[in-house]
Amino acid sequence: MAYSDKVLDHYENPRNVGSFDKDDNAVGTGMVGAPACGDVMKLQIKVSDEGVIEDAKFKTYGCGSAIASSSLLTEWVKGKTLAQASEIKNTEIAEELALPPVKVHCSVLAEDAIKAAVEDYNSKKGVVAEGS
Amino acid sequence: MSNKEKVPVYLDYAATTPADPRVAEKMMACLTMDGDFGNPASRSHVFGWKADEDVKQAREYVAALVNADPREIVWTSGATESDNLAIKGVAHFYQKKGKHIITCKTEHKAVLDTCRQLEREGYEVTYLEVENSGLLDMKALEDAIRDDTILISIMHVNNETGVVQDVAAIGELARSKGVVFHCDAAQSAGKVEIDLEKMKVDLMSFSGHKTYGPKGIGALYVRRKPRIRIEAQMHGGGHERGMRSGTLAVHQIVGMGEAFRIAKEEMADESARLLALRERLLNGFSDMEEIYVNGDLSHHVPGILNISFNFVEGESLIMALKDIAVSSGSACTSASLEPSYVLRALGREDELAHSSIRFSLGRFTTEADVDYTIELVRQKVEKLRELSPLWEMYKDGVDLSKVQWAAH
Repeated sequence: MAYSDKVLDHYENPRNVGSFDKDDNAVGTGMVGAPACGDVMKLQIKVSDEGVIEDAKFKTYGCGSAIASSSLLTEWVKGKTLAQASEIKNTEIAEELALPPVKVHCSVLAEDAIKAAVEDYNSKKGVVAEGS
Repeated sequence: MSNKEKVPVYLDYAATTPADPRVAEKMMACLTMDGDFGNPASRSHVFGWKADEDVKQAREYVAALVNADPREIVWTSGATESDNLAIKGVAHFYQKKGKHIITCKTEHKAVLDTCRQLEREGYEVTYLEVENSGLLDMKALEDAIRDDTILISIMHVNNETGVVQDVAAIGELARSKGVVFHCDAAQSAGKVEIDLEKMKVDLMSFSGHKTYGPKGIGALYVRRKPRIRIEAQMHGGGHERGMRSGTLAVHQIVGMGEAFRIAKEEMADESARLLALRERLLNGFSDMEEIYVNGDLSHHVPGILNISFNFVEGESLIMALKDIAVSSGSACTSASLEPSYVLRALGREDELAHSSIRFSLGRFTTEADVDYTIELVRQKVEKLRELSPLWEMYKDGVDLSKVQWAAH
């Protein structure tokens, strides 16, 4: 299969690979996909008190398009508010990376990952707020 | 000799082999006006006679490799056609005797899809499981045979794993039960010894291009004693004793003949050399964590090594290995997202099936190619594992089978 130059670039030089402490209250973690399906994405965001995503990291098990989708996503979410980040659509990712139809599910997974990370962060804040 | 860099390194000989230069040379002498371009069916002039001689010689070479009579060899367009001709040919000819066929889940699609077609025509097919080694359970095969069973179709060497079935034993069983036995030998001819005087195989499929011959040519062995009958699938002219009509492709046939002649001559040395190279390759990975060899190496063709690198997805690994030409057991490049049905049949979990790479070595593979491959694979697997959340969890001691995954 022919990959676009952007997929190849993200695949060969993935941005923001790594992990944050998932127990840190400023961190939201989204883990989506399943090994049996051939892809698992872990996206983590570090959020400021003002609700802005200051940093993001990812790890992905999956094909080149899945790795590129998550790498691109970490670049896009930095500096965005949680609300803005939640609005990122898989179609924008698929378009930016010129994903072929059989790989569109990789961008869907990326969208699911950021939504899950935001949700995780929000639920932590909820728990902390109740406890304090 | 040219010293240009041989990148990418070709390690996909199980998909196809390059034609041996000796084969290509023979083929070129059968195409042009100054060569043997005639139609072997032309009985009235020397052009036809010469072409017929060439075909006769090639038929002898193919028969000799498998210890058969040249009259038992029927030319086809390839192993897929041979499988179709054998299975449909027997099913249609013997349908009054019964309509039950036995095959196995790890067969090539040329066999499985042909059986599916026969099911649509009203036949009944049993698809046997294999053991985790990849080998067929002989007891299960025996139990599956019924009064109305007319055909058993089991491959010799599996194309994904390289596992060799005990064809001699299957032949004995089939003969004792009076069931016709077809064997797809596309991956085994010239790699594993085949002696059809001894093995009770009734029909055997061969391919030209898996054995350093050209693509577009194959053969079907059809036993004469006891005589096996098949119904033709291609009509018109009655070539090949009425079993497969169509003007013979002389250059292709000559190419396959030469390829099989060379295979007979060089098989012993080549197998030993390939086995040493495969062991070198496997040794190069042996100290890596979480790697799994697919298929039982003690019943195995020398040139194939199928390994799962756990926690790394096969397609991304193949992408990283762009300087070596290998294939993934995983079929996830298609829209299906389904991992290899062959590895699944061996009892491999989906994630290991998704993480598999088939290395297949051949005549032109060198030690330097293998060493380069080891270094590249090690480096890329390490890089992809750094990227893999599954590897991270494994390293943290998480039991991945206990994780509740969000399926999508």
